[in-house]
Amino acid sequence: MRIAVCLKRVPDTTAKIAIGADGTSADEAGIKFVPNPYDEYAIEEALTLRQAAGDGETVVVSLGGDAAQETIRAALAMGIDRGVLLQAAGSADGLEVARALAAELKGGGFDLILFGKMAVDDYNHQVGVMVAELLELPCITAVSHLTIADGAVAAEREIEGGIELSGCALPAVLTCDKGLNSPRLPSLKGIMAAKKKPLDVKPVSLGAGTVTVLGLSYPAERKPGRIIGEGADAVPELVRLLREEAKVL
Amino acid sequence: MSVIFAVTEQRDGTLRKVSLEVVTAARRLADQLGAEVHAVVFGSGPVSGVDQLGAHGADRVLAATHPDFGLYSPDGFAATVAAAGKGAAAIVFAATATGRDLAPRVAARLGVGLSTDVTELGTEGGKVVVTRPVYAGKVLQRVRLDATPSLLSVRPNIFQPIAAAKAGAAGALTVPAFTARVKVTGIKAAATAALDVTEAPVVVSGGRGLKAPEHFALLEALAAAFGNAAVGASRAVVDAGWREHGAQVGQTGKTVSPNLYVAVGISGAIQHLAGMRTARTIVAINRDKDAPIFKVADYGIVGDLFEVVPRLTAEVKRLRAE
Repeated sequence: MRIAVCLKRVPDTTAKIAIGADGTSADEAGIKFVPNPYDEYAIEEALTLRQAAGDGETVVVSLGGDAAQETIRAALAMGIDRGVLLQAAGSADGLEVARALAAELKGGGFDLILFGKMAVDDYNHQVGVMVAELLELPCITAVSHLTIADGAVAAEREIEGGIELSGCALPAVLTCDKGLNSPRLPSLKGIMAAKKKPLDVKPVSLGAGTVTVLGLSYPAERKPGRIIGEGADAVPELVRLLREEAKVL
Repeated sequence: MSVIFAVTEQRDGTLRKVSLEVVTAARRLADQLGAEVHAVVFGSGPVSGVDQLGAHGADRVLAATHPDFGLYSPDGFAATVAAAGKGAAAIVFAATATGRDLAPRVAARLGVGLSTDVTELGTEGGKVVVTRPVYAGKVLQRVRLDATPSLLSVRPNIFQPIAAAKAGAAGALTVPAFTARVKVTGIKAAATAALDVTEAPVVVSGGRGLKAPEHFALLEALAAAFGNAAVGASRAVVDAGWREHGAQVGQTGKTVSPNLYVAVGISGAIQHLAGMRTARTIVAINRDKDAPIFKVADYGIVGDLFEVVPRLTAEVKRLRAE
């Protein structure tokens, strides 16, 4: 089974985000970057499926700057066979990113192309689906349970108030949600092996796109918190405030 | 007159509330651009509640009817919206499980960009300009959509439905021939009619302070007392396997904007605060008076949740019975 995983380098979710000098992007200074958490579910799923199949190859593809090589190495340390860096600055227009990824993946003979359901930096929720559309492949998004047998995919994904069941044939694109699996931690052996695994760096240029970032701002501060009392005796006052001041009861 | 499509959602033949939010957002753009709002309703037959679309600003209500459209049909919906929307000024989706799947398909088919999870919108010089939270709401991004049509999805619970009486004239939308590469076969219900944390007006969330998974029964009881509440959870308790991942509020979970958010036994890590800071009113119940959650809570009670929560449940019940 040949599986590609698309991976993005993102700030750690515990990082405080400061607006950069250009006013349109985050200041990267002092921020720890990690593989996008949802992409780790995709990596884990690729490794599990590849092992179950008995043969094949796993490839990780990332679009980003040079620093993304480190992120790719993290995936190689988990067990992915090789990496490709599509060297570009990225784009606010997910379709431009999707076009570059689709061009790389096209003709690669992949049975599966896996993504995280979204990246925790731009919250776009779109590149995986767009790649599927561009490659004219079936795509199921936000998969939290997956069975693959006889060339067919059966998936579950969470929708509001329920679980949606769907299926498609391979080859397919899937985007992965939390709950699909528990991503492994790289072993020391894996980390050593990752240093010798192939990592191709290919400069790409993205189109201008049609989504223009005008600026970033900080959300309005909430008014400072207020402690209204201690213990169960404070409950009547809380209920009064919810009813009369906040008007939510 | 140019057209803005509002892509609505139904479940089991009934229009979902988020549809009115989509129409409300589309109406706002239409008024600024001098356009009409055409609401698109997918179904395998008639959908109840569509009269509400005209009352909230839809000039036309277009039924896209197909035997497969009782459930979500990724390829069928995408083909229909892409065909109809080609010459439109804008297409507005909901940032729901369905809308997040559908909108990028339409964007790719039309070759245009897409702005997702929008929380504010307007126009500048005839172009759609939106604001959307990034980095889980730690920062807001202002974006201009330069393509026609402009595609965007609105975050649930942000655009409260606003009455705007329009004709809501019924019509039909052509469903083009499509190949269903993905087939949706059914919906497995979660707990009985459970509200999703992203859509519920009230969210009651629990964290490690609850000490054991069975103690979430306290929060279920409080949620039941409110009547319109969903139960959420912190990352710590989801990772510990106490609650389903779909209940997780925070940067690697869901971002919620309810009228009332009650954080119980949650200390308030930055990832969690990012997911709920847009709630209109925040209540925190925690035994540690220095917990960061109290910095954002409109009303905090320092104390033992095992005493405070049952009392609150009783008071809310009493009040709602009045």
